[in-house]
Amino acid sequence: MPTNGAPTKITQGSQTKGGIGESTLRPDGTLKVTGEFAYSSDMWHEDMLWGQILRSTVAHAEIVSIDTSEALALPGVYAVMTYDDLPTDVKNYGLEIQDTPVLAHGKVRHHGEPVAIVAADHPETARRAAAKIKVEYRELPVITDEASATAPDAILVHEGRDDLPQSQLRSTGGTPISGHVPHPNIVHRQPIIRGDVASAAERADFVVKGEYTFGMQDQAFLGPESGLAVPDEDGGVQLYVATQWLHSDLRQIAPVLGLPERKVRMTLSGVGGAFGGREDLSMQIHACLLALRTGKPVKIVYNRFESFFGHVHRHPAKLSYEHGATKDGKLTHVKCRIVLDGGAYASASPAVVGNAASLGVGPYVVDDVEVEALALYTNNPPCGAMRGFGAVQACFAYEAQMDKLAKEVGIDPVEFRQLNAMEQGTVMPTGQPVDSPAPVAELLRRVKAMPLPPERQWESSEGADVRQLPGGLSNTTHGEGVVRGVGYAVGIKNVGFSEGFDDYSTARVRMEVVGGEPVATVHTAMAEVGQGGVTVHAQIARTELGVTQVTIHPADTQVGSAGSTSASRQTYVTGGAVKNSCELVREKVLEIGRRKFGSYHPAWATAELLLEGGKVVTDGGEVLADLVDVLEGEAVEVEAEWRHRPTEAFDLRTGQGFGHVQYSFAAHRAVVEVDTELGLVKVIELACAQDVGKALNPLSVVGQIQGGTTQGLGVAVMEEIVVDPKTAKVRNPSFTDYLIPTILDTPTIPVDVLELADDHAPYGLRGVGEAPTLSSTPAVLAAIRNATGLELNRTPVRPEHLTGTA
Amino acid sequence: MRVNFTVNGRPQEADDVWEGESLLYVLRERLGLPGSKNACEQGECGSCTVRLDGVPVCSCLVAAGQVEGREVVTVEGLADFAKQRAEHGGCASGACGTSLQDAQQWAARGTDSQTGEGGELSPVQQAFIDAGAVQCGFCTPGLLVAADEMLERNPNPTDADIREALSGNLCRCTGYETIMDAVRLAAARQGEAV
Repeated sequence: MPTNGAPTKITQGSQTKGGIGESTLRPDGTLKVTGEFAYSSDMWHEDMLWGQILRSTVAHAEIVSIDTSEALALPGVYAVMTYDDLPTDVKNYGLEIQDTPVLAHGKVRHHGEPVAIVAADHPETARRAAAKIKVEYRELPVITDEASATAPDAILVHEGRDDLPQSQLRSTGGTPISGHVPHPNIVHRQPIIRGDVASAAERADFVVKGEYTFGMQDQAFLGPESGLAVPDEDGGVQLYVATQWLHSDLRQIAPVLGLPERKVRMTLSGVGGAFGGREDLSMQIHACLLALRTGKPVKIVYNRFESFFGHVHRHPAKLSYEHGATKDGKLTHVKCRIVLDGGAYASASPAVVGNAASLGVGPYVVDDVEVEALALYTNNPPCGAMRGFGAVQACFAYEAQMDKLAKEVGIDPVEFRQLNAMEQGTVMPTGQPVDSPAPVAELLRRVKAMPLPPERQWESSEGADVRQLPGGLSNTTHGEGVVRGVGYAVGIKNVGFSEGFDDYSTARVRMEVVGGEPVATVHTAMAEVGQGGVTVHAQIARTELGVTQVTIHPADTQVGSAGSTSASRQTYVTGGAVKNSCELVREKVLEIGRRKFGSYHPAWATAELLLEGGKVVTDGGEVLADLVDVLEGEAVEVEAEWRHRPTEAFDLRTGQGFGHVQYSFAAHRAVVEVDTELGLVKVIELACAQDVGKALNPLSVVGQIQGGTTQGLGVAVMEEIVVDPKTAKVRNPSFTDYLIPTILDTPTIPVDVLELADDHAPYGLRGVGEAPTLSSTPAVLAAIRNATGLELNRTPVRPEHLTGTA
Repeated sequence: MRVNFTVNGRPQEADDVWEGESLLYVLRERLGLPGSKNACEQGECGSCTVRLDGVPVCSCLVAAGQVEGREVVTVEGLADFAKQRAEHGGCASGACGTSLQDAQQWAARGTDSQTGEGGELSPVQQAFIDAGAVQCGFCTPGLLVAADEMLERNPNPTDADIREALSGNLCRCTGYETIMDAVRLAAARQGEAV
C-alpha cells in the first residue's frame, strides 16, 4: 500500500489485543440490544413533571398578546412561562451569534418558534394546557428568498443587528459579522478570489454554465430531542440530555438561568443519532427553566412532528456555476455563487458559508477562481449544521458541472475528473496547499474498477421479481420502460473546526490496579452519538497503555471540553487527546517503575520502554515488571488538553488563508434503474471508495461510510422539507410525508477503504464521517441523467421531474 | 382505567391509565420498560415494534386498553423468548410462527443482577453486535423484534425476504448493510445450531 512516509508515533508499538486497527465491538452494544441503554427520552424521576412547548402557528408576526390564564387553571398544570418570566437579562442564545430568543419576544420569525412553555403532571395535560394559551398574532410579510430578503424595502429579520461575537466565534476570527455584509438580511458572506478569471476564461475552448437547486434536508436522527432537568438543593440544576457538545450547551444555558456554569451539571444521556441536528440547543433551557420554577424534575420529549420544528436543517441552496476547459480537457477557471438559506436565526450559518466557499470548487486543480457564498436571514425554518456542512450543496453542483463539461470536451467523465484531480501539493482556491495525501484520481479509479452489478436482476424463471424493480411491490412494472444509468462523483470535505477556531479536546486518563488487574479509565466529555467514539477511545488506551481492561467514564461536564461531535473531528481531536493523555500517563507509570525497580535492571535507564500485555517491556521484548507491581498502592491520573495545528481565518475580501486542518476525500459510483413512464428510481448499487488515513476500527469506518452514503441517497431521490413559499410554513413535518430511505430503498454499498497516512494527524488518521455524504448525491443524480438524458438541475429528484409533468 | 396484561411472560397491572395512552407509553412510562423506542409515535419508523399475541405491531399505534388480557413481548424479553422457543423445539420446519397458546405459556426469567444469570443474548441480538449493526441503537430494539419474528417464520430468508420484512423499520445511521449482515449471520448460526 503506498504511503507518504510513516506518521510519527504510529503507536508505542504495543500489540495489546483490542488495540487500534482491530474491529473491536462497541462497549455499549449489549445494552443497546437488550433495551437497557438509557437514551435521553428514557429518563424517569420520582415525582417528575412533563414539559411542553407552545410553538408559533405562523412564520412572521408581531405578538399582540399572550393569555395564559386558562392554561394555568387546568388541573395538573404546575407552571406556564413566557418571555416575561425569564429570570435574567440574558434572553437569547446561539452557537456563534446570540440571536435566538429562549421564548419569543414580541415577534416570531419562523413557523414553529417557541412562544411559551408548560409543566404538568402528564404529557397530555401539558399538551392540552399549551393549546389553551391564547396568542394573538399580527402577521407580517414573509421573507423567503434572496429577492425578498435584499429588496430595497425588505423588512429586516433582525433589526438593530450588531452580532457581537463571543470569544469562541468560529468563522471570522473575532470580526463582527454584521460589519461586512452587504445587507442586514445576509448573515455572512465569504468571497474567494484567486488568479485572474477574466483572462483565464479567454483561454477556455469550452464553457458550461448551470443553475442548481438543493432542497432542505433534515437530519432525521431517530432519538427525539429530549432530556430531564432535576433541580439541585444548592439552587443549581442537573441536566441529562442528548447533545453533540456538552460544554457548548453549558456556555449557552447557564447565563439564561442566571447560574454559574458549575451549578449547571450536565451529563450526556444516550443519544439516538445527531448528524448536526443537536449542535444547537433544543429543549435544554426550557426544561431547566421549568424545573427551577416548579422545584420538580421536568422531562421534555419531542414527538416527531415537533422534532421537525425543534432543530435546524441542512441549508437549501441556489448555486450558479461557470466552468471552462481547454480542448485537451484542462480546467481553465471556475466562477460560482452559492446562496444558502439560513432561515430565521444564524445557528451555524457563518461557518457553513465558509465551508461552501472554500470547498466550492471541489477536489480539482484550478488556478483562476471567483467564488461568492452567502447565507440569508429569511422567515424559513432555521438552518445550520448537517453532516457535510456546506460542502454537500457545492459538491452536488460542481459535480454536475464536471459531467456537463466532460461531455462538451468529449472526454469520459471519470477521465476528465482524473485529468483535473488535485493531489498532494495542490493549492486550494484559498491559497492553502494540500499537505497530505489527496488520492482523488486513485479513488475514482478504484470505484470504477469495482465489478458492475448484473443487468436485469429482476428476471427469474418465474417471471419478473418486482421487488428488484422501481416501484417494488407496488407492481408498477415488470421491466418495461426501465432503463439503467451509471454515474460518478467525488468530493472534498474539511475535517475539524476551521478558520482559526481554537479546536481542542480534553481527556482524563487514570491507571490503577483493580481486582488484581491494571485498568485504565478514560473520561472525556465527548458526545457518543452512535459513531463509535467510545469504542475507539478504549482501543487507543489499550494500544498506548498495554492493558486489556479499559473503562469508559460517562461523558459529563466534570471534565474539560471535548469539542463537538461534528465536522468528522472526534476521532482526530478527542482521539488525539486520549492518546496524548495516555502518553503522559505512560511516562508517569515508567517513572514509578524506575523509582521502584530501577536498581534491579539497567534497562530501566537505558532502553526504550513500552507497556504491553500488562507489563513493562523493553523494545527488545524483555519483561521488566508487571504493571500490577508498578502500580501497587499508586494510581496515576492525567487530565490534559490537546490541540491540532492551528488554522487561520479567511480574508473577508479575498478568502485567502490557511483555513482548514485536514481534507478528506470520497468517490462514489451509482447504478440506478429508472422507470421512465412513472418517474420511479431504484438505486441498484452505490459503491464508495474513501481514504481514511488509518482505520482505527475498520468495522466502524465502513459503517460510517455506508451510513453517510445513504443520507446522500436520501437527498438525491426523496428527502426534502417542503416550505410553502407564500406562508413560509412547513408542509411535511412527519415521517409520513418526509421520507428517509428504508431498507428497500437502500442498495448494497460496497466500500473500498484506502489508508494513506496524514503525517499531521494522530496515527495518520483522517476524519471519516462526512465525506461519503458529499459525493453520494451527485453520483445518483449523474446516474439518473445517464439513464434518462435529462438535465436535472435540482435535488431531490421527484417523479414529475423525470416524466416531464413538473 | 386499569389495564391487565402480560409482558414478557409476567402479569402486569397498570393503574390510572388515561384512555388516550398508547401501549408504548404504558410500557415506557408506567412499567419501566423503555426498551421499545419512541422515534416517531406515528407508526412510520418501527422503533416501538413489540409482539402482541405473537404478531409484530407498532406499540405506539395500539391503544393501551386494547391489550387487556393479551400477551406482549418487548426487546427486554427477547432473549428469554428466543431461548424458550429453542427449548420447545423452536421452529425447525420453518413455517410455524408462535401460536397464541405458545405465546401465553412462557415467562421471562429476567437477569439476576448479582450473578448475571439469564443474561444471555438471543442469536439475533448477538448477531447485531457482531456485525456492527448497532450505531446509535435507537432503531435496534424494533429491528430486533421484527427480525426475530421473521427468522421464526422463515429461517432461511433471501436478501429480498429480509428487506421486505424489515421495510417498516427505519435506521438513520447504518445504511442497512450491517443490518442485512446481522440477519444473515443470525440465520446462518440458527441453521448451524439445528
